[in-house]
Amino acid sequence: MAKIWVYGDPAQDSTGFKTTLEILTKARSLGGEVEAVVFGPGATEAAKAFGEHGATKVFAGDDAAFADTIGTVAATALHQLVQENQPNIILFPMSYDARDVASRLSAKTGSTLMSNATDFTGADGAKTAIFGGAQIVDVKFDGPDPKLVLIRPKSFDAEPSGGTAEVVSVSAPTVEGAKVVERHEQAASGPKLEDASVIVSGGRGLQDPSNFKLLEDLAALIPGAAVGATRAVVDAGWVPYAMQIGQTGKTVKPKVYIAVGISGATQHIVGMKSSDRIVAINKDAEAPIFQLADLGIVGDALKVVPKLTEEVKARKG
Amino acid sequence: MNVLVLVKQIPDPNNPYQLANNRLKRDGGQNVLDPGDEFGVEAALQLTEANGGEVTVVSMGPESAMEAIRRALSMGAHKGVLISDDSLQGADALVTARVLAAAIKKTGFDLVIAGVESTDGSTGTVPGAIAELLGVPLASFAKHLEIKDTTLHIQRQTEKGYDDVESPLPAVLTVTAGVNEPRYPTFKGIMQAKSKPVEQLKVGDLGLSADEAKATQTVNEVTPAPARGAGEKFEDDGTGAAKVADFLKEAKVI
Repeated sequence: MAKIWVYGDPAQDSTGFKTTLEILTKARSLGGEVEAVVFGPGATEAAKAFGEHGATKVFAGDDAAFADTIGTVAATALHQLVQENQPNIILFPMSYDARDVASRLSAKTGSTLMSNATDFTGADGAKTAIFGGAQIVDVKFDGPDPKLVLIRPKSFDAEPSGGTAEVVSVSAPTVEGAKVVERHEQAASGPKLEDASVIVSGGRGLQDPSNFKLLEDLAALIPGAAVGATRAVVDAGWVPYAMQIGQTGKTVKPKVYIAVGISGATQHIVGMKSSDRIVAINKDAEAPIFQLADLGIVGDALKVVPKLTEEVKARKG
Repeated sequence: MNVLVLVKQIPDPNNPYQLANNRLKRDGGQNVLDPGDEFGVEAALQLTEANGGEVTVVSMGPESAMEAIRRALSMGAHKGVLISDDSLQGADALVTARVLAAAIKKTGFDLVIAGVESTDGSTGTVPGAIAELLGVPLASFAKHLEIKDTTLHIQRQTEKGYDDVESPLPAVLTVTAGVNEPRYPTFKGIMQAKSKPVEQLKVGDLGLSADEAKATQTVNEVTPAPARGAGEKFEDDGTGAAKVADFLKEAKVI
């Protein structure tokens, strides 16, 4: 029977290791031996939730050095654990830090490494979506164990099973690497994008950073709504990276996603295509976003959105 | 300072991608230098303009990837290395990293710069594997960078903001779009690029075994995803906003 490991990334999962719990739930359903590894401050604390979601054992390292050294300390400790315990497959959340750890481990063990997986089928295969989710690719792995797979957030639903995990404490090896000397957190207000029930999201079609105010005004009227953005406007410096939805940003799944002035580049679509319902407002009738939209309005976002805010106000009475 | 930039030629992302034999179709259409790599080339040019040194562009790909290298040379890079070998068709992230790491070792380096991920494959795992194979630090996801003395300082993008990160050299660095504004090649640059040296290598020149160059992933099959039901699309005649509001009401979110 396969031994499946799931990797927890504290940096990504500020909202309680969500992606890790999703992956654990799926791993448990395959009926193998499921164990977890988590490095960084808060690791031991996280082991309880991991146990509840199916891990029978959690290798936990609380040392700050894991989080403060880019990739090297975690990869070295993980490599050591792999040699001692010989898992068949390790599933990582697709996050910045986990990517840096998994890629280093792959070079150490000579193991195959797959990114952006949306499903896995056992110890020797996984699936990914390409072309903005239009095609599903079924991939088979060869080469030495452990196979390494990075899995996109929200690929599965997390459900506790009520178990308890044995905790094995892991110390941080002394390894050189790039080091974090100071952290800067941008203050966020309102619900987190990952948890929002409605997302109003803006792209280049808003024409000017000041027009994001129109989206904020609309979101303020809708309970549980948050404002998101495309990579293009984040790169242009209009709004902070924390608002970015897509391949290199957040993956969201709200009840309603309202795409304003967004053309629908693949990069963006992979982060929002699983939304329950999608509304698109764009003046280019040929924009790819309309192929996903349940409701599409071909028109000037700068005119439609303020009017929409009034209409929402009226309906709320 | 010896700065190497990793670049990739990709099918023009402005055109729809196509598959051939379950792989991304790379011939027949318009190919371009990955737009994400232009930020790496620009970063390398700015560093060598400030600190002296040379920029070498390194690419693995089909013979046609020479065009992507020429594009980087026309922006101002000094020379190029192209690893092109039929045996590398279908190479996965680890094989790509082994090939590039071997070419980087052969060339020599103080700093290797790459984009955070390619626009066509989006794996984002090649730079980390290269750093491991070279035995140097990886400073990833830089949205700002500078070199003071022999230390690389970056602002590393994070989920919540950014971290100030320091790394000794030599190192591997990945840059996000937004780290700089890539320059356009000048006419003079385009003319000069034609005579700049590009070394062409095969797998055999890099001392890699056939096993090390063998991909460990194969595609079983590619199937269309279940399609979303086709929605409704309206030209805004002044009632567009009301239609959206009705839709929100019906979805019970207002």
